Amino acid sequence: MKKILIVDDEPNIVMSLEYTFKKKNYEVYIARDGGEALQIAKDKIPDVVLLDIMMPNVDGYETLKQIKSNQNLKDTKVVFLSAKNKAADIEKGLQMGADKYLTKPFSVKKLVAEINELLN
Amino acid sequence: MNNYLLISVIIVYLAFLFLIAFWAEKNSKSKWVNNPYIYVLSLAVYCSAWTYYGSVGIASQSGISFLTIYLGPVISLPLWILVMRKIIRVSKQHKISSIADFISLRYGNNRFLGALVTVICVFAIVPYISLQLKAISETFEIITDETSYVSTTILDDSTFYIAVLLAIFVAFFGTQATDASQRRKGIMTTVAVESILKLAFFLIAGVYVTFFLFDGTSDIYRQASQLNNFKEITSFNGLESGFNWMFMIMLSFFAIFLLPRQFHVAVVENDRERYLKKAIWMFPLYLLLFNVFVIFIAWGGNLTLAGDVNHDYYTLLLPLQNNNVVLAMLVFLGGFSAVISMVVVSTLALSTMVSNNLIIPYGFLDKFIQGNPEKNANYIKNIRRISIFSLIIIAYFFYINFSYELSLFSIGLISFAVIAQLAPSFFIGLFWNRGSARAAKVGMIIGVLTVVYTLILPFIVNVLTGNNLFVERGLFGIEMLKPYALLGIDFLGPEAHSFFWSMFLNTFSFLTISLLSKGNYRERNYAEMFINSSNYANLQDGAFVWKGEAYVSDIRSMLNRFLGEKRTERALNLFNMKYGISQEEEMADARLINFSEKLLTGSIGSASARILIGSVAKEEPVSLLEVLKILEESKETIAINKALKEKSKELTQLTEQLKTANIELLEQDRIKDEFLDTIAHELKTPITSIKAASEVLTDGDDMPDELKTKFLDNIVNDSDRLARLIHNILDLEKLSSGRDQMEIQPNQIDETIDKAINGVSQIASNKNVAIIHQNGKEILANYDEDRMLQVLTNLLSNALKFSEPEKGVIMIDAHQKQHMIEVSIEDNGKGIPKEDVNYIFDKFYQSKHQNVKKPMGSGLGLAISKKIIESHKGKIWVDKKYKKGARFLFTIPK
Repeated sequence: MKKILIVDDEPNIVMSLEYTFKKKNYEVYIARDGGEALQIAKDKIPDVVLLDIMMPNVDGYETLKQIKSNQNLKDTKVVFLSAKNKAADIEKGLQMGADKYLTKPFSVKKLVAEINELLN
Repeated sequence: MNNYLLISVIIVYLAFLFLIAFWAEKNSKSKWVNNPYIYVLSLAVYCSAWTYYGSVGIASQSGISFLTIYLGPVISLPLWILVMRKIIRVSKQHKISSIADFISLRYGNNRFLGALVTVICVFAIVPYISLQLKAISETFEIITDETSYVSTTILDDSTFYIAVLLAIFVAFFGTQATDASQRRKGIMTTVAVESILKLAFFLIAGVYVTFFLFDGTSDIYRQASQLNNFKEITSFNGLESGFNWMFMIMLSFFAIFLLPRQFHVAVVENDRERYLKKAIWMFPLYLLLFNVFVIFIAWGGNLTLAGDVNHDYYTLLLPLQNNNVVLAMLVFLGGFSAVISMVVVSTLALSTMVSNNLIIPYGFLDKFIQGNPEKNANYIKNIRRISIFSLIIIAYFFYINFSYELSLFSIGLISFAVIAQLAPSFFIGLFWNRGSARAAKVGMIIGVLTVVYTLILPFIVNVLTGNNLFVERGLFGIEMLKPYALLGIDFLGPEAHSFFWSMFLNTFSFLTISLLSKGNYRERNYAEMFINSSNYANLQDGAFVWKGEAYVSDIRSMLNRFLGEKRTERALNLFNMKYGISQEEEMADARLINFSEKLLTGSIGSASARILIGSVAKEEPVSLLEVLKILEESKETIAINKALKEKSKELTQLTEQLKTANIELLEQDRIKDEFLDTIAHELKTPITSIKAASEVLTDGDDMPDELKTKFLDNIVNDSDRLARLIHNILDLEKLSSGRDQMEIQPNQIDETIDKAINGVSQIASNKNVAIIHQNGKEILANYDEDRMLQVLTNLLSNALKFSEPEKGVIMIDAHQKQHMIEVSIEDNGKGIPKEDVNYIFDKFYQSKHQNVKKPMGSGLGLAISKKIIESHKGKIWVDKKYKKGARFLFTIPK
């Protein structure tokens, strides 16, 4: 079973994502900010992390950096889900090592398809 | 008093003056040496022995007419700001060192004119100096009581030694620098000290006579009014006396400008133009103080000193008669001070003129061209030293051989009358550009000859022939040529008469010749520079018109001879830098010619400087028309330059303003972008949520109903949130743009608070948080109630949001504070993090960490509240000192 970690501070968005991926037989973990996300990631070693950028305390960029620098998480894919949709923002995200960058509001179907592609 | 004791006192006193001069030269930067008071006190060199002794003599014989000599200067002083400032400015610009230089330069560096002025000055001043020496000798005799003893040879005459000492003093301190336009701080400081001493001692003598010998001023007056000639000496005698007064005042008016020693202290020794402002009230005050007791000493002398005594020396005789030797000694020293300051400064000024305007230009120029700088400097200094000694020695022999009967007062007046002959060319030349060199020469010569004929010749003829026929019958017995009554004008005193005729003829010929003949271009060039000194000040060397060929190297080697290589190099470097001229430039232009002439003027006088520079430069004649044209053009260029500079300054300022405006605009643009970004982000969040939930529901056939309801609820909540957000954004925009019309009217603030509490009471009771408000104070304030409710509800909601359920307590209170209503809302929640306090009123506050969302959420509430309070001209803030939770405060005017 693939493991997915959803990181977002908006509970309503998280709820939709959680339901979707559970239905697709993912093992789903949830974090409300970067700090929580890192703890869970180290512990569970997820296959993919859905990461918001603008979050309280530790932001998405910082979280990505930490994941990338952790040897145990070298196979973990990271997908940014952010309202920041300027070309410069997207480039920055990808350059920092994100595997995908989806802008909000995103299509759940497309997200699922992208992640399937990423993991296979 | 013992002869030797007095000599010892004199020697000690002279040593004291030498010490002061030494000290001042050594501390030439000290503010004790450089201040307006030294300047004003050195002007008092005007008060010579003539003032010190002579005034009393005149007052005792002809009454208050002694005052005329002081009224002239006093009347002239207000003019100093205008005239003297101009003279000083021109002199400093051209490095002028004497009045002869000044006049010669004004008329185009005219060599003959400089020499003529020098001769006139020597002719007028040497007898004057000799009279001063006579005063020393006579007072010396009076105080040592050796009237029986008449010195038979020079060698046992103490006056001779004093004269030599003074010559040494001047030679030593007056020729320290070759540049005669430099200040002599040592000499000026001693002159200032002497001015204080002579005034102090004279005042002491005056007080002594008035209050010790007599019983105050009214006592003297009462006693003096008993004397036969009292009426005569205390009143005017008709028209004649009035004319005499007028001419005397005019005479002294000119003297204060033209006497070589006055020109020297007032112009050459002037350090700052602003000193004049002190001089125009302090110098008259000094003269006034000097004259307070003159009349009383004169009356006192008339009353108590009977017999055949010299009236001039009442001041000295009165204390001696009463055996007050110490006071007599002080009076003697005061008079001595007056004499030596006059002799020292006069000799200094005359020697500069004699060397720079007579000896050097008429004999030593060839020598200088061959000499090296050190030798030349020594030559110049030696010429001046020899002049100093010669002048004093000549004055001394004049006094020995012509022991005439004239009083201090008369010889002083003759001297003034001769000096006054410089007045037309000096004053008119300062303001009228047509005045020409030839006119100045002719005017001066005619004027001086007139004075000689009407004032000096009668005296000489009288001495030679022993009779008075020349005065009584006139030259060759012609009535019209009577020296004291020329052309039948017989109602003036000899001095006034002479002054009237000489000035009339002098001025008349000066004006006529100036109008009839045109001066050469050089005269006209300098005339323009003098007359428009303020206009040409900024043109400086550029105001000088010169056409011709000269090599910089020739001029450089000429300057080397006088200034030495080092100083020449430095001066030329400065010159090149100032005008942006290349060091390699071979040909000299007008500016360099003028600059070099100026450099030499201080050392050898303006006429010699011109001749020397002329010897290495091939000058081409320029027509008068050309001079005027070039001057006009340079003036215009300056004006245009000035205008351009101003424009450029304006443009720079404008650019600066634009830059600032641009920065502001960019900042505003950035803020707007950020705001839009934030709005977009805030709007996207609920939309993302709605979209995701909708997609999930679309695919969720197998979803349990319970979950379905939950997703649908989420959609509804997020839609509400979206609507609220849009409403708030629009509201804020409306408030910011000022388009929102407030309905401000009187309201009870406590009632409004209760309404707000009602609005949130449901949430409060759900959370079980208490809201405490004490009503009943009836405070009226002017505000828009709906808006105020918005603010209060927002603050209460925030407080509720951060209060812990069950434990929370919120206090809200309104009270009056001076002209304000202050409302406070406090809770006992976790408080506001320190780093946020300053930003919580910003829209969508997100501190510098752009990507970190603050837990307070996306609130626009505080931003809107702030806008509302500001629209009421109030203030809203967080109490930073409050530690038990958060405390918000706002005030609005009543």
